[in-house]
Amino acid sequence: MKPRYKRLLLIGMGVAVLGLGATLVLSAFKKNLVFFFTPSQILAGEAPRNHSFRMGGLVEKGSLQRQPDGVTVAFMVTDNVQHIRVQYRGILPDLFKEGKGVVAQGQLGTDSQFIAEEVLAKHDENYMPPDAAYALKQAQKAAAQGAQKAAP
Amino acid sequence: MIAELAHYCLILALCLALIQGTLPLLGAARLQARWMALARPLACGQFLFVSLAFAGLIVCLVNNDFSLLYVASNSNSRLPVYYRIAASWGGHEGSLLLWTEMLGLWSCAVALLSWQLPERTVARVLGVMGLISVGFLCFMLFTSNPFERLLSPPLDGRDLNPLLQDIGMIIHPPLLYMGYVGFSVAFAFAIAALIGGQLDAAWARWSRPWTLVAWLFLTLGILVGSFWAYYELGWGGWWFWDAVENASFMPWLVGTALLHSLAVTEKRGSFKNWTVLLAIICFSLSLLGTFLVRSGVLTSVHAFATDPRRGLYILLFLAVVVGGSLTLYAWRAPSVGLGGRFALWSRETTLLLNNVLLLSAAATVLLGTLYPLFLDALNLGKISVGPPYFEAVFVPLMLPVLWLMGAGPYVRWKSAELAPLLRRLRWVALLCVALLVGIACYAATPMVMLGLGSAGWVLASTASHLRERLGHGTADSGWLRRLRKQPRSYWGMLLAHAGIGVFVIGVTMVKGYEHSEDRAMQVGESATVAGYTFRFTALRDIQGPNYTAAQGTFEVSDGTRVLTLLRPEKRLYTVQNMPMTEAAIDRGALRDLYVSLGELTEQGVWVVRFQHKPMVSWIWAGCLLMAAGGALAATDRRYRLKRSRLASA
Repeated sequence: MKPRYKRLLLIGMGVAVLGLGATLVLSAFKKNLVFFFTPSQILAGEAPRNHSFRMGGLVEKGSLQRQPDGVTVAFMVTDNVQHIRVQYRGILPDLFKEGKGVVAQGQLGTDSQFIAEEVLAKHDENYMPPDAAYALKQAQKAAAQGAQKAAP
Repeated sequence: MIAELAHYCLILALCLALIQGTLPLLGAARLQARWMALARPLACGQFLFVSLAFAGLIVCLVNNDFSLLYVASNSNSRLPVYYRIAASWGGHEGSLLLWTEMLGLWSCAVALLSWQLPERTVARVLGVMGLISVGFLCFMLFTSNPFERLLSPPLDGRDLNPLLQDIGMIIHPPLLYMGYVGFSVAFAFAIAALIGGQLDAAWARWSRPWTLVAWLFLTLGILVGSFWAYYELGWGGWWFWDAVENASFMPWLVGTALLHSLAVTEKRGSFKNWTVLLAIICFSLSLLGTFLVRSGVLTSVHAFATDPRRGLYILLFLAVVVGGSLTLYAWRAPSVGLGGRFALWSRETTLLLNNVLLLSAAATVLLGTLYPLFLDALNLGKISVGPPYFEAVFVPLMLPVLWLMGAGPYVRWKSAELAPLLRRLRWVALLCVALLVGIACYAATPMVMLGLGSAGWVLASTASHLRERLGHGTADSGWLRRLRKQPRSYWGMLLAHAGIGVFVIGVTMVKGYEHSEDRAMQVGESATVAGYTFRFTALRDIQGPNYTAAQGTFEVSDGTRVLTLLRPEKRLYTVQNMPMTEAAIDRGALRDLYVSLGELTEQGVWVVRFQHKPMVSWIWAGCLLMAAGGALAATDRRYRLKRSRLASA
């Protein structure tokens, strides 16, 4: 084989591998990117149905309920404007507490209840998961805008 | 007083590093022997002063000197003394100091162990390492000084994060940093070669053992980190595709590619350009990893805003190192040349494919790690990229690597033919097919079959290669003799490849057959999970040095006899008021039983998680084999021979 063909073949092989990688990345990105929504956004219907996403905010005080089976729990997550009920089967993380920030990943159920597959609450007790803090800030902003609109 | 002395030592180290980063490089350019000769003593002196500073920080931590901001925020008087020492790398400032200390250690090792190298090369290598050190020392002294005093010292410290209070904290960061920083040697060698324009087989032979040692430390560091997460985080995961883990995994992938590319450069003189580029990428990823983990950017991109100087410095430093070395590469690489030619079907091609695949894998991991950060920084929305993405991309890219790994060692350098290869591998292939049929009878999923089949292919072809190698030779030399005559680098290759096989078996079994169940239980009740019966026999309160805990006792039996007692705990670390789950694990070669206490619900009932994890130990065993392979290859005779020959001359 001539060296030129050889080089072309080698380059072709490299490009093929990179192309394979790019295809995999794109298809995996499309399927597996997990978006984040605040409770207000979910109730406004912005969150996808039949697709997993993340939501977060504060766990409402006094809202934690345990089902009779002892393992399933339900609690309300609020961004201080709207709230949404979250149901989860399993062990809550060590730092899960009422009144503290939380982030949950899962799907929206039929009765606009969030069915969580995973509940996250990380780091030390004063730490707020950044996504949860973001949710509160968004809701505050929206509320402030709403008030401005109502005023004049 | 000690803190001020240590601070002063750091400043002295910076001065020495500044000279080390300039004079030897200038000397190498102008052929000034005296300036070049400065490199070795300066590297050792700098290491001495950084070590003194590091020792100073440890003394302050051990003495509970809470007038230091770092000690006050990372330690506590009730913390056991070994964790107080480990707290020296538990925070941002201290871990930077550890990084610099490791860099000093590697520079010192290069200075003392490289007598066979030409003086100019040594001067350039140590000069480049000196410049890196300048970057880190400035970062520490100007933005994150570990010796900053508090005007009104608190009575006691904030304590080390309870998650970090474990033996893993004592060994994991030093091992990992040894690996990260070790790639700076390969990087410095590459830059030195670019400056000098000389890149030959001898260069690859010098740079190879250093890269091997760095790689082996990084392997061990990642292994310990994963092992630690497995038992300490309390829920039995061993790899989360978390950004912090990815930060250490990317240099590992590229480092593995670099090792193989270096082999080609040493044996055949090919891939020169490519090897240099890999060394640059590998160290750049190490730097990126250090900063990703330590800058706080992962918890929130906006953490930069709390101290903009730090963020700016990091970005600038990365830009200078990565941009500078790539510019140098673009300018000088043509003079280095590509090196020897090879046929399309040859060992070189298989190794090139291995390189491209490993690099693509690293690129996909990088994308998945940085993409959410970019979107967040540009205010384009909040997303997260979880394990499903990484698994969907990583596994298809790694499977061909496994197949190549089995066949690669059979392919001849320069030019090979297909027919003999097929003949030599036919028994291995038959064995794999038989294995697959056997597994299929147990109704395994396609993923399990693919994983076990590939692992079987790697193990069988590696074993067959050894058998072939021992089978050759004259009749009078016995196989035992031939066994001893094989070079260590050969054993290293076999062990590392076999390690991958063992690792893949472990991962496949855990992924395919792990079982987890959450149960609400009271004392006296029992639960049956995966054929094992767990009886909740007792619950008591215990008091640790800086925590209180509830400890459950579970009697494990397999139906006929009692196997063991497991004692999981739920701890409350009193200083930070932070709860922690301490899991109890019964380890075995074929399965781990994993029990963790969840939470106490109102009626005195505990939610308990039981897990059955088949062959999870094989994951760690595989990594250990890889590291052992690296150690064998690094101590190969041909790297030592040079030295002793020169010593006698």
